[in-house]
This record gives sequence, C-alpha cells and structure tokens, in this order.
Amino acid sequence: MRAKTAMKPDPRLHFQAPLLETPFHPRTSAANRLNAWVPWGGYSTVLEFEDLAMEHSAIRNAATVYDLCPMVKYRVRGREAAAYLNRLTVRNVAKLQVGSVHYTIWCDDAGKIVDDGTLFRLADDDYRICCQERHLPWLLDSAHGFDVTIEEVTEEIAALSLQGPCSYAVLKAAGFDVETLKPFRIATFPVDGGELMISRTGFTGDLGYELWTSPDRALALWDRLFEAGALYGIRPIGSAALDMARTEAGFIITNLDFIPAHQAVREDRVRSPFDMSLDWMIDWEKGHFNGRRALLAEREKGSEWAFVGLDIEGNVSAEHAIIYHDKKHEVGQITAACWSPTVKRNIALAHVKRPYHAEKSGNLWVEIYAMRELQYVKLMLKARICERPFFKPARRTATPPGLF
Amino acid sequence: MPSFDAIIIGGGTNGLACAARLQKSGRKVLVLESGSAPGGGALGADFAPGYRAPGLAHLVHMLDARVETDMDLARHGLSWAATDLPSTALSATGDHLVMEGAAGERLTGSVSAEERRAWAALRTELMAFADVLAPFKELTPPRLAKGVGNDVWQLGKLGLKTRMMGKDRFREFLRMLLINVHDVLNDELTDPRLKGLLAHDAVLGTWLGPRSPNSLIHLLNRFAGQVAGKRASLAVPAGGMGAVAAAMAASATASGVTIRTGAAVAALIVEGDRTVGVTLASGEDLRAATIISAISPKTTFLKLLGPRHLDTGFVNRIRHMKSRGGAAKLNLALKGRPDFRGADLRSRLVIAPDEHAVELAFNAVKYGEAPDRPVMEILVPSAFEGGHAPDGHHVLSAIVQFAPCGQAVGTDAIRERYRNQTLAVLEQHAPGLADLIVGEELMLPADIEARHGMVGGNWHHGELSVEQMLFLRPVPGIAQYQGPIAGLWLAGAGCHPGGGISGAAGWNAAERIVREVRS
Repeated sequence: MRAKTAMKPDPRLHFQAPLLETPFHPRTSAANRLNAWVPWGGYSTVLEFEDLAMEHSAIRNAATVYDLCPMVKYRVRGREAAAYLNRLTVRNVAKLQVGSVHYTIWCDDAGKIVDDGTLFRLADDDYRICCQERHLPWLLDSAHGFDVTIEEVTEEIAALSLQGPCSYAVLKAAGFDVETLKPFRIATFPVDGGELMISRTGFTGDLGYELWTSPDRALALWDRLFEAGALYGIRPIGSAALDMARTEAGFIITNLDFIPAHQAVREDRVRSPFDMSLDWMIDWEKGHFNGRRALLAEREKGSEWAFVGLDIEGNVSAEHAIIYHDKKHEVGQITAACWSPTVKRNIALAHVKRPYHAEKSGNLWVEIYAMRELQYVKLMLKARICERPFFKPARRTATPPGLF
Repeated sequence: MPSFDAIIIGGGTNGLACAARLQKSGRKVLVLESGSAPGGGALGADFAPGYRAPGLAHLVHMLDARVETDMDLARHGLSWAATDLPSTALSATGDHLVMEGAAGERLTGSVSAEERRAWAALRTELMAFADVLAPFKELTPPRLAKGVGNDVWQLGKLGLKTRMMGKDRFREFLRMLLINVHDVLNDELTDPRLKGLLAHDAVLGTWLGPRSPNSLIHLLNRFAGQVAGKRASLAVPAGGMGAVAAAMAASATASGVTIRTGAAVAALIVEGDRTVGVTLASGEDLRAATIISAISPKTTFLKLLGPRHLDTGFVNRIRHMKSRGGAAKLNLALKGRPDFRGADLRSRLVIAPDEHAVELAFNAVKYGEAPDRPVMEILVPSAFEGGHAPDGHHVLSAIVQFAPCGQAVGTDAIRERYRNQTLAVLEQHAPGLADLIVGEELMLPADIEARHGMVGGNWHHGELSVEQMLFLRPVPGIAQYQGPIAGLWLAGAGCHPGGGISGAAGWNAAERIVREVRS
C-alpha cells in the first residue's frame, strides 16, 4: 500500500515533497544507477537508468518498460460524452469504437493547438483522455451545455509502457494473451481481484503496449513483467532513450515540438493543426468543433508553417538549430533531433516556413553550434526534407505480432 | 406563411429600430416578440385597475436621432408631454435644488454664487467630453485589427477632432474618462444635493457605486444622449412611455415590417454552420437568410444557439459577461396628489441626499442585502397630463437603487424589506404619501428578468461598464454586430452603445447588415 500513499499525499504537506513519487518509484529508484531524475508533470521520473545507448537499443531489439504514471489522464463520462468530445477535439469521436484508441488534438477558438493526446473509448459513454499538460479548467468550461462529467484521474491510474519487438513475447510469458489485439485496440485482463487494461499503443513507433492498472497493483505488475521478460532482455528506460525513439517515429511532444496555445506568451508561437501538419485529423463534416471556423479560414488563406522531418548530413545532432534557405535566410527551426542508431541517419523534426517545406525545399541548410572542448564549432550542414516516420517497422502493426 | 429576408428576435426598441431600417433597405422583415405587444422596455402597463404606469423606463433622454427622425416617430403618434424636463434634488426639509435646462444649465434654490460658478465650469467640461463621445454612439465599434472593414475615415475624423481640443484638455479628457464620479464631485463641488443628484445619475442602471472606478463615464454617456433635438435633455412622452413603443411599432409596421407577438423563440436552426431560421416555442419553424437577435446576448448564445455551435473560449466570454441589475421599479397608485414638500411634480424628482447616500445604498447589494435607505428617481406621469389615473388620482413611477439581484436574493423577506425601506424614504420626503397608496407594484431585478428577459435584470442586457463598452461590447470579437456563426447578427442593448430608450444599437446593426449582406 506504500504506492497508494505516494500517489495521494496530504495536500497540506506539499512543501515536503516538491515532486511526487510514482507508484513504481520503489522499482525505478532501485534500478536508477545514474540517479538521473527529471521532473515531469509534478513527479520525479528517470532520465536515464544506466546507459542511454543500451536503453535505446533495447527499444528496437528487446523489450523495455517506461513509467507512464505522470501522463495526465481525464475521464469523460455521460450521456453526451461523444458530443462533448466531438466539440472539443478535431477528430470524429463517433468513429471511435468501444475498446479503441485514437490520437487526437484539440484547439482553442483561434484554431491553435491546445494539446495532443490519445482518446480511449472504454465504454459507450465512458472515455479517457491522456495528454501531456493539465487542462481541467478548459475541459470543464467546454462542458457547459453538455450532459457530461469530467474528472482528473491521473493519480488513480498506474501505467507502464512496454515497448520493443519482444513486448508481445513478454506479455505472453506473463500470461496475457494479446495475440489478436490490433493496434489502437484495448483488452482487459483480471489480475488479483482487479483489472489490468492493455492497449496496443505506444510512443516508440515499434511493437508495443501500454498497461493500465490501479496504483496498489503497480509493483506486482512491474515484477510480473520483469520476471517474464528476464530472458528477453527486458530493461527499464528513461525519458532520454524514449525521446530518441519517438524522434525516429516522428512523434511530437507538447512544449518541446510546439507551445500549447494556453501557455504561449508570444503571440506568434502558437501553431495550428496545419502548421503542425496534423490537419489530416480534422473531420470537417462532423459538425462544429472548437476552432473550426478559424481553421476553415486558415484553410482558405493558407498557413505560415509546416512541420517536417529533416535528414541532415553528418552525424552531429542538430537540436534547436536554425534552418536557412540558401545559407542566408532563416526559414525555420529544429525542435527535436538525434543521430539515429536505428536508421543510421542524422534526423530532425522541424518547423519550416511555407513554401520551404515543399516547392522551395531544395536549398536548405542547418546551422549547428557543436561544443567541442569549450569552443563552438560552427557547422553549416545540408538538410533534406524527408518522410516521417524515419523508422516504421512492419512488426509495429503485424497481427498477430511476432514472437521474437 | 410569406417568406422573409430577415427575422428579428425581440420586438423591443432596438428590434423595432433595426426592423424599420432594414425594411427601408428593401428587405422583408419579420419581428418576433414573445410578449403580447412590441416595445420592450418602452411599454406601459396597467398595474392596478385604472392606473397605467411605465413598465420599466419612464423618461426619454437617449433616443437615437436617426430613429426619431428616420422612423418619423412624430408622424406615428409620438409627441411630448414635456421636454427639457428640470430635475429636482429633493431635500427632506423642503430646501430643494432644481437643475433646469440641458444637464442642469441653471440652478434654482439656495446655492452659493461660488458653487454656481464651480458647477458651471464642471458642467462645461463634462458637456465637452460628452460631445467627444456622442458621435461614437452612431458608429459600429472599430475592430482592433487591420483590414477588417473599419470606417477609417470616420474614425480618423473623430480622432482628429478629439486631438484638436488641445494637449492639456486632451490629457484632462483621458484623466476624466476612467475616473470615479465621487472624486470628481468632491474635487469640484460642495453642495451635497448637487453631488447627490449627479452621483445618482452617474450610477443609474449600473452595478457601480459613485466610488467605483469608471463611474463618471456613465454621466458622460448620459450627457451624450439626446431627445427631441436637444442634447442632455429629458422628455416625457405624451400618453406615457407606452406611446414610444406604440409609435415605433406603428412606424415599423407602416414601412412594411411584420410584427408577430406572442412568438417566443425557443431555438435557432443551424444548417451547414449557418443560422437559417428559428424554432418558436410552439414548435413552428420560420426561416430567413439573416437572423438578428435583439435580445440578451447571454440568452441568444447560451440558450437559443447553444454552446455546441460555439467555441469554448467564446462561450466563456459570454458566460462571464457581467449582467447584474441593481435597479428596481416601483409603481404606486395614489388616491391623491403627493406632496414632496412643495417640489414641482412636473420635474424629475431625485432622492439622493448626497454622494455618500448613493454609495451606502450600493454597499448593501454587494452582500445580497437590501439597503437601509435606497436612492431613487421619481416621475409622476399623471402630473403632466390626464389618462394615467382616475381624475384627481396619481401614478408615481420610481426607479429605486440598489436592489439585490439574482434568484437567490429574490426572497419574500428581502422584497418586503426593500419595499418598506423605499416607502419609508418616500414618506420622509413626502409626508402622508403612505396613506394615499391604493395600489402598488414592485419589480426587483429578478422580476424584470422574468418579465423582460433582461439577464440579471440589467436593463442594458449586460452591464454597461468600461470593460464592456465599445469594441468590448457585448464581448470582444462580436462587437461589430456580426455573430460568430454565419447568418446571425446582434442588435440588442447588449451591443454598443447599450440600452435606454434609444434604438441606437438596433439602427447601427441594421446599417452594418445593409453594408455587409446583399439582400
């Protein structure tokens, strides 16, 4: 029951623990040999357990476990939950079947992205939103006029992400039969008097699952996975390794790849779905949703930005570099980058001013300041716009999944 | 059912003004009024057998000149029982102070020469500043953006005129624009009756005390009004306030407008992200390309259109739009002539002994309570002409401030206390009045909301405060009368320049619709 206590501290004693511990803390702290912690959503989370290369390698070659507890979770229930979510988010929730998940975004009145996340349909009138930032006031304000109830359930759920080619094999060995579970679908299993929900989702672009249970069953779940996965090379990973994997998969992170509309201080920093190349999600026919009229106008008028993948010459990571056209004019900036061990390319995700994302993308350069023994070495490297994701293995979507 | 180009929801003064202007542009206009007669706040009503009183407003001082002239209200039956009405600051000892002419041009009563000079100087300044504001009433508020169709020429002209007053005067204008009326009065004047009356007028119909920030601008707004061609003047319509409603309705009808009464709108019909019609409470659907709401913005968006057709941020702004009413309406049927210690009944009578009395009356309502000593504006319509009450009898119409607002405070105990305190103040100023009462009607803000649909009982359909004025009225983004969804327009008092028996908002909206929408 220690985990439960960690999740529900006495609010009056908040000053004693500026950062909370997740229900998995006894296990993650024991495995955290570098003692490298970073704050995430009010929790202490692991940046790197032991070795970044080994952790990333495990994502692509074995099985990995990532503590997802700080992810913000809201439960949306009620007769008009679907109507509410259709007005809140840009995708058509009516198309989301019970037991399914979809990736989605939601916008403010001006059609600028407030956040992205996954929407789980747990039952007819019961949904869960998982996202990076906290939005309870916005979600409650949006509920005015709808027969729904909304509550934050972040602390009521303990979640682990099990990712990697061997993740299916580990689950099977642990006694969970997910052979027929397709991507973006949900299955539930009874576990010692409670329930474990497994969704075939993840943030690595690889075969993987996310496991959802109650905080009091967290440690038992961890132990069960590590016992079952021992022979598959299972290991815990920190945020650094996940960040590389998600960059390879072309996934974005709120506040790293775009500034959410409710947090941006500078008015030109907000981004629309078009700016983030996420407009494919918008269902224009489903009726009104937040920002629809502004987005229609933007569709007519055209957008300022595009979000692209870049392939950069050399092997020096280009994080936060400025992108130039013809080595002269600034046309964008990189938000995520790494030298990818998986595809052996120097990759990046970037905001690029239109039309340098397409018609005028032929002469793009990236300016990198590489710190080499206390001196910057300035590099101007050729960059080429390329398809995202950079890495998309067939095993990610194969059903039944491979028993590697 | 014939088809219409435009449907106007709400047959109040703004709805009728908008209808008349639109019909003149060649459109076929239908006005839907939920009550039994058009006119809204300008209606009169029999509140006791044989006694007729103004339903809400009892004086005209804001009538839009375009409405008055272009609707030719005189030809449609509007005449004045009195224009240029004096105001009497009632004294409980009979030492009354009378302000005559536009905005109290002349003072009558026991006032020192020094005070007269001080008032003359302040009045000149207030009138000059009111002159700056007056032309804005007839304009669509500008949008603070480029290339959005602002009337740049007109705005430039007004801006230049404002700058032409000179650097020092302009600085003074900016200082005064957002100041509270209490400080100005105490900087310049000493006579408590004069300060009481001006403080009272500044906060009439607002949710502000004289010490509340920005309260002076309401006095300027008042002085920027006109009636019968005279600025800052008060007029009593012949036949009672209902005559204004009747004249406006007659004018609109004569120009071809169809007015349907007893037609409450239950919902707007939305098709393809556009309002295309209305559904009446009876279930009947009526369609038109242009739908204009001249009722409260809160009701329009939260009830008739509904949040699911709107963005969350917009709904928030509408929900948070302030709309508290502090004015109660009291009508008394009197079996004899009331005597306010010799005061001329053919004037506007104000009971506000000094500026502190007004502030104290406001204090109570902040806590949902009735004040010990309310302040009030009194009109005795029957003193001007017959027809309001049986011969020898009288009707007293009073706007009494400040009344607690909201459903929670509309309890019988508070109503009883509010009535008793009001009558006590009246009795003190007109001894024997209580014995004359043969009928009465007291409407608290909650009653006004129930009867007239003014949310919170606020007669401007949303407080007319600086943060809800001009391009911030009713909320930013729709201040140019155009709704957030195609086909929907606003024309009520909730829009610039606010309420009062005016029609300006309706007329402005119609002008804009004529400019923007091809019929």
